[in-house]
Amino acid sequence: MADDVAGKRPFSIKRQPGFGFIAACCFVMLYAPILILVAYSFNAGSSIAIWEGFSWRWYEAAWQNRQVIDASVTSLKIAVSAAAIASCVATMAALATTRTEPYRGMTAIYAAINQPLMVPEIVTAVALLIFFAIIKVNTGYQGLAYLIAAHSAFCIPFAYLPIRARLENMDLSLERAAADLYASPWQAFRYVTLPLMLPGIMAGAMLAFVISLDDVVITEFVKSGGQDTLPTYMLGQLRRIISPEINAISTVLLAISVAVVSVFFVLSRKGGKA
Amino acid sequence: MSDAPATGTQSITSGAQAGVAARRNDVRNRWLLASPALTIIVFAALGPLLIMLVYSFLQKGLYGGVIWKFSTQGWFDVFFHKDIFDDTVGFADAHLSIFWRSIRLSFATTILTLLIGFPTAYFIATKSEKWRPVFLFLVTIPFWTNLLIRTFAIMELIKNEGVVNSVLQWAGLITSPIQIMFTDFAIMLGMAYVYLPLMVLPLYASMERLDFRLVEAGYDLYATRWQVLRKIIIPLVKPGMIAGSILVFVPSLGAYVTPRILGGGKNLMLGNLIELQFGQGRNWPLGAALSITLLVIVMVALLFYVRNASRSGVKSHG
Repeated sequence: MADDVAGKRPFSIKRQPGFGFIAACCFVMLYAPILILVAYSFNAGSSIAIWEGFSWRWYEAAWQNRQVIDASVTSLKIAVSAAAIASCVATMAALATTRTEPYRGMTAIYAAINQPLMVPEIVTAVALLIFFAIIKVNTGYQGLAYLIAAHSAFCIPFAYLPIRARLENMDLSLERAAADLYASPWQAFRYVTLPLMLPGIMAGAMLAFVISLDDVVITEFVKSGGQDTLPTYMLGQLRRIISPEINAISTVLLAISVAVVSVFFVLSRKGGKA
Repeated sequence: MSDAPATGTQSITSGAQAGVAARRNDVRNRWLLASPALTIIVFAALGPLLIMLVYSFLQKGLYGGVIWKFSTQGWFDVFFHKDIFDDTVGFADAHLSIFWRSIRLSFATTILTLLIGFPTAYFIATKSEKWRPVFLFLVTIPFWTNLLIRTFAIMELIKNEGVVNSVLQWAGLITSPIQIMFTDFAIMLGMAYVYLPLMVLPLYASMERLDFRLVEAGYDLYATRWQVLRKIIIPLVKPGMIAGSILVFVPSLGAYVTPRILGGGKNLMLGNLIELQFGQGRNWPLGAALSITLLVIVMVALLFYVRNASRSGVKSHG
């Protein structure tokens, strides 16, 4: 009996048979497709299944493709504007909805801000298509402002949540101390509250940037002619023959997302310790 | 004491009045602070939904758009179909089968992600505190990367000349490639892949708080591992399971990119049917009505979730 027990693994109450194996499969499943895509973006041949050696060929092709460059510029313009607008208004909204007794309408504000998270993207997309079509007909304006407005709206909750989380961890004592020392409300905000909130705001702006950069559905429906972003350009290309150029563009986009999200994690963990 | 109350109450009431005024001021300032965010959301998210509701009750224009006349034709078209030759009215089989496929595939996706996500979340939650954030980060990273790219990656894997078929052929298990692309199965696989993190994260959140003393008590009472899992762990993490299921089910139901790429033109889901009405279909009122139908289904699912969440919240406090 004793030998029998010694031969087995010690009994752990937390262990469930097979769970570790499924978890391992899960991580493989999450990463294998992405890694294969990244690997084949460096393939010298044009096949997606046969490896013909390492090369930067597809990156060069993408770099020399006028449409890809234009789409990248459009993507960046929209993502930077949307992230700036969303994090600004989300900071104000977070200040308005934290560190207070619940007041009339606070839940309504909260629900409205998070509304873009609850409505399926395709529904928002066609609603915006209808609404902006009315404006386009009446004003004749076709510019990027529609896309920036749409992106700002669905980025607001992503910017708002980390800022709010940061604010909820800050008590009012430092602001009170500033007021005791004759700081004006603006000075207290500028020199006390804002620096303390800054990691949250940065985190929020980064999430908003990534979310805007990755959006396909809403952009696809709202864009006017010649306003392709990188994702909608790629979606358009998928209809035709796929060249590994798309793999190269995907890899660059993936790298940007992973870098920004990693910084976000560092920022929010630092924020948690402070 | 006897003459003090008069002045005392006076100062208290004036103090209270000042307090009320300050509070009112504060609430007004807070509304002002929230107003830019609210304006953007009303302008570019909430407001357009209301306009879409109006559009669903208008007549369709010949080349897309609408004619400003009241009509319930859009809503009629969602569920019914009028034969163009003999005017007989029947159910719109094409639409209903797409509704049915969307619900069926979303349900299957939810079950599949639950089967994979549950052990994964449990695995992460039982790791040491040093390793948990690392695994959690690994789950979160795909969530923040482009959905289009991830769908595209799955496509590379499963298409006829893709990695899976090449490997199977090389191994001699199959002689001709298996057709996975452009099937319902491909759509489900793709959705399960892209929405898996949405299942793991809430499951992990509830498992992290799991009290393992209860599990230990179960074993002390001679429960098997299966009994412990079924009678102790699953009931305790049920709120997380429901949250994860809703979080996967809702975006699956409204999925557009994944079925478009993996389903090809034939296997439509609701999102693609809606898009069709604004493209080739040129039937904006029908598209608007379909969108609102989808929105209502999603809202019902979310309400179910909120009710469940508040109930479990009460339970954990009590």
